[in-house]
Amino acid sequence: MTQSLDRGLRKTVDWSLVVSWLLLVLIGWVNIYASIQSSEPASIFDLHFRSGMQFLWICVALAMGMVVLFAVNPRLWEVISSPAYLVVLVLLVAVIFLGTEHKGSNSWFSIGSVSFQPAEISKITTSLLLAMVMSQAGFRFSLRRNRLRAALIVGLPMLIIVLERETGSALVYAGFLLPLYREGLSGWYLFFIGMAIALFVLTLASPPWVPFALIAAALLLYLLFYVRPIRHLRLRRRYLMRSLLAAIAGILMVFSTNVVFHYLLRDYQRNRIEVVLGLKDDPSGAGYNVRQSMIAIGSGGLFGKGFLHGTQTAYGFVPEQTTDFIFCTIGEEWGFAGCLLVLLLYAFLIGRIIVDADESREGFTRIYGYCVAGLLTMHLLINVGMTVGLVPVIGITLPLMSYGGSSLLSFTLLIFIFIALHRQENKYF
Amino acid sequence: MTLDRKNKFLLALGVIIAVLLGRIFHIQVMDGRYKSDAVRNAMVRQYIAPPRGIIYDRNGAILVGNKMCYDLLVTPKEVGPFDTLALAEVLDTSVAFIVERMHYYKANIRRIGWQSVPFIKQLGEAPYQRFVEEQYRFPGFKTETRTIRDYPFNAGGNLLGYISEVSPEYMAKHPGEYKSGDYYGKTGLEAAREQDLRGEKGYHIYLRDSRNRVQTAYNDGKDDKLAVPGKDVVTTIDAPLQQYGQLLMQGKKGSIVAIEPATGEILAMVSSPCIDVSVLSDVGRHYAEISRNPGKPMFNRTVMASYPPGSVFKIVNGLIGLQEGVLKPYYHYPCAKGYQYSTGHILGCHSHPSPLGFDEAIMMSCNAYFCHVLKNVLENPRYDSLSTAFTAWRQYVMSFGFGQRLGSDFPAELGGNIPTAAFYNRRYGRGHWRFPTIVSLSIGQGEIGATPLQIANLAAILANRGWYCIPHIVKDSEDISIDPKYHERHYTLVDTLEFRKVIPGMWRAVNAGYGSGATAVRGCVPGLDICGKTGTAQNPHGDDHSVFICFAPRDNPKIAVAAYVENAGAGGATACPIATLMVEKYLNGSIRPDRKGLEQDMIHKRLTRY
Repeated sequence: MTQSLDRGLRKTVDWSLVVSWLLLVLIGWVNIYASIQSSEPASIFDLHFRSGMQFLWICVALAMGMVVLFAVNPRLWEVISSPAYLVVLVLLVAVIFLGTEHKGSNSWFSIGSVSFQPAEISKITTSLLLAMVMSQAGFRFSLRRNRLRAALIVGLPMLIIVLERETGSALVYAGFLLPLYREGLSGWYLFFIGMAIALFVLTLASPPWVPFALIAAALLLYLLFYVRPIRHLRLRRRYLMRSLLAAIAGILMVFSTNVVFHYLLRDYQRNRIEVVLGLKDDPSGAGYNVRQSMIAIGSGGLFGKGFLHGTQTAYGFVPEQTTDFIFCTIGEEWGFAGCLLVLLLYAFLIGRIIVDADESREGFTRIYGYCVAGLLTMHLLINVGMTVGLVPVIGITLPLMSYGGSSLLSFTLLIFIFIALHRQENKYF
Repeated sequence: MTLDRKNKFLLALGVIIAVLLGRIFHIQVMDGRYKSDAVRNAMVRQYIAPPRGIIYDRNGAILVGNKMCYDLLVTPKEVGPFDTLALAEVLDTSVAFIVERMHYYKANIRRIGWQSVPFIKQLGEAPYQRFVEEQYRFPGFKTETRTIRDYPFNAGGNLLGYISEVSPEYMAKHPGEYKSGDYYGKTGLEAAREQDLRGEKGYHIYLRDSRNRVQTAYNDGKDDKLAVPGKDVVTTIDAPLQQYGQLLMQGKKGSIVAIEPATGEILAMVSSPCIDVSVLSDVGRHYAEISRNPGKPMFNRTVMASYPPGSVFKIVNGLIGLQEGVLKPYYHYPCAKGYQYSTGHILGCHSHPSPLGFDEAIMMSCNAYFCHVLKNVLENPRYDSLSTAFTAWRQYVMSFGFGQRLGSDFPAELGGNIPTAAFYNRRYGRGHWRFPTIVSLSIGQGEIGATPLQIANLAAILANRGWYCIPHIVKDSEDISIDPKYHERHYTLVDTLEFRKVIPGMWRAVNAGYGSGATAVRGCVPGLDICGKTGTAQNPHGDDHSVFICFAPRDNPKIAVAAYVENAGAGGATACPIATLMVEKYLNGSIRPDRKGLEQDMIHKRLTRY
């Protein structure tokens, strides 16, 4: 412990990450207060209200962050990654049978008055195990075995979470594509995923010829710029076959979209997608949240209505305002200026983690950092996107700002493990 | 900097942030829609209805005031389980009614949402008191106070008019002034003085939450606006006289108009049958029965019915004859039970001595005399043709206020009708009509139509000896100054000197005593010097209409009255007693004992079935 301090905290700890963490947490806290503040003013520290509880959680998170940063040997994380992953996996399965049902999903454990979601911790353990496995010497994505291992590590918890009916949290696991991509996963995987999403949306929302045109255009460009220049005849034929198969898969996907959409998705999921695609106008049903959220943000203007002066915020027009829709409060009371500040803070936090991770000489730190960045990006994109009507309503939190100990503590742990790993490295180099 | 995978991701992150910010900028700054939606969401304007102006009579008595009434509202979403039977008892209503209403709310709960809807309107005083005591037992129910009109005098619904909720058409005609649910004066005085009476609405701006519960005043109430009460209106009506007129006219169809001659102020304006003031404050509920009534109580006969004036019009013809110089008071004309205007055609008359001078002709209302008068007027050699003479005659008549709207401040006034030469030219052909064709005009029959207001105005002209002020019902008061045109004198084309010559005949018609042959002896009130003229307007649809005009006292008159009672026979029989009772009531304040019997006869005389 004394050893770790002697090289100077200023040089070893990336304080900019700690400061942006603290700023986001405090901004979130103040806005939670604004969201519940109505005609009867109570203290921001009043434990009967969510702002007071969040303050308590912030104190706990800060303490935990300091412990992670200064009291725990960062090597521990690599060591415990496998057992922790397994334990959390067991918890994820157990919660299906033992957890309490909460808003239609079986993902919460309730112990006394405290409840927590194993899915939140699972993000950390998955990141750790992925970093551990992929940083081992000789791990190459060119080997199918390695690709399968990575897919299994990410896919297993994701699958269980889907079974818990927490589809939103499962979608966040798409963020793990980032470390995989960074470590050499072919960009074609990303391309195919992007194409699949595009085809899904276009099939639902545009004239029927559009998705086919997209497939044809992609195929044509591929053939022109990738396949034609290949001189080797057999190789060229093989690429030709592959690309044609991919196109056929795309066409099958277009035809199956309606089946998936109407038979595999639940009603509320289908409604939310229809609302965001503008296929359905349902301001009092599925579209209520989004509409009220957009009204709250949209009424903020350039500089907002001022702290505690948001009318939509104060009077409960937006449901789930302290948790999933906390961004509405920022939008309404602080306006575009506030949104800009918050989003730039997130961009800085994520970007800084990427830069730090990329500079790292240790594979474990680098891969873990990319996991953190990927998860944060997915949360940010989905949460903010949903409040402004760009993404279907998916119930996930805005990292560090939404009300709730489970989310705050797990994101704090996620980030501070990275800060600790990064500091560890600074101590040596 | 190379575009390695790290930088590709940083770029992607930048794009994501930029897309989100772009979207946010669009909805926050570019698109104003969300701001107005937010205002609609959170701000409620609670309008404060200004107290409507009070309508006073000329002596300061309240004709139309305001009183509180209580509506029971219910917010269906806040209604908990409650004792239906207890509520029914408290409200004096049936369980079935409550159950039916609650079912209705349940079926429409999506549309109603968190709104409060009226459950019972105009709750009585006793149920209101009981409800307030037991309100805690019925969550979701609450009372709301508003003011409705109150009518201390039975001064007649047609005169006062009523207020009703604005219709979409009315709102379209007055853009921006009314909101749905506001009240406006629909008829009568309420309509005529709407601009003064209504006042200006005020409002509180409140912030409400997502369940439509008011939370706090917006901006500490700095943007609130106080209601400006409506202006009070002082009318020229004499409330006791008006009420007395209503009493006299009950069971009869027709009108009474009383005017103060020197000012043109209308003292009473009775149209019968009329809407009873007891239903005026909630006229909507009684609308169906009112509109089904064959007596057409909505119809204000004093200004909207055009009748032949009958014999009272003889005075106009006489005055024109005097002015034209073709009649002298000493001219005597014979009458052999009528006037033979062409071979074999006689315009009949009743029995009276013959020949008569001008005074007696007025007093006894001789038809033949006035046929001679009009013949002399129209066949006056001064004019080159009958048509020119007729046009001159018409100009005289028009100067008495006939044949056009008088311009009273009362809404929906009709102008009556005085035919033109062109009209007869059209009907009979140019040069094909002569005096015998239009002989009926001599006695106020034929194509002449006049409203009771115009006939009363004639009485006022006679009282003033030649001029009138436009009859009106609103006086100058603290709040309101009326159009100066109501203070102007309008002179007729007949000189004041000539008017003096008709007064003795009118005086004698009333005061000559029984056995003299005078037509209006029943109207004699010793000491009041009433001057009057009867009329019996022939009515092709039934019994004759009974008409009477009078003023009193003879010198410096204080009141001029016209009574027009439909299907009531001779003018002396019904209209004369009614009009003179009005005069007596106004001038003496009470009815002489020897006329009490007459008064009772008039009050109980029933000429209609409704």
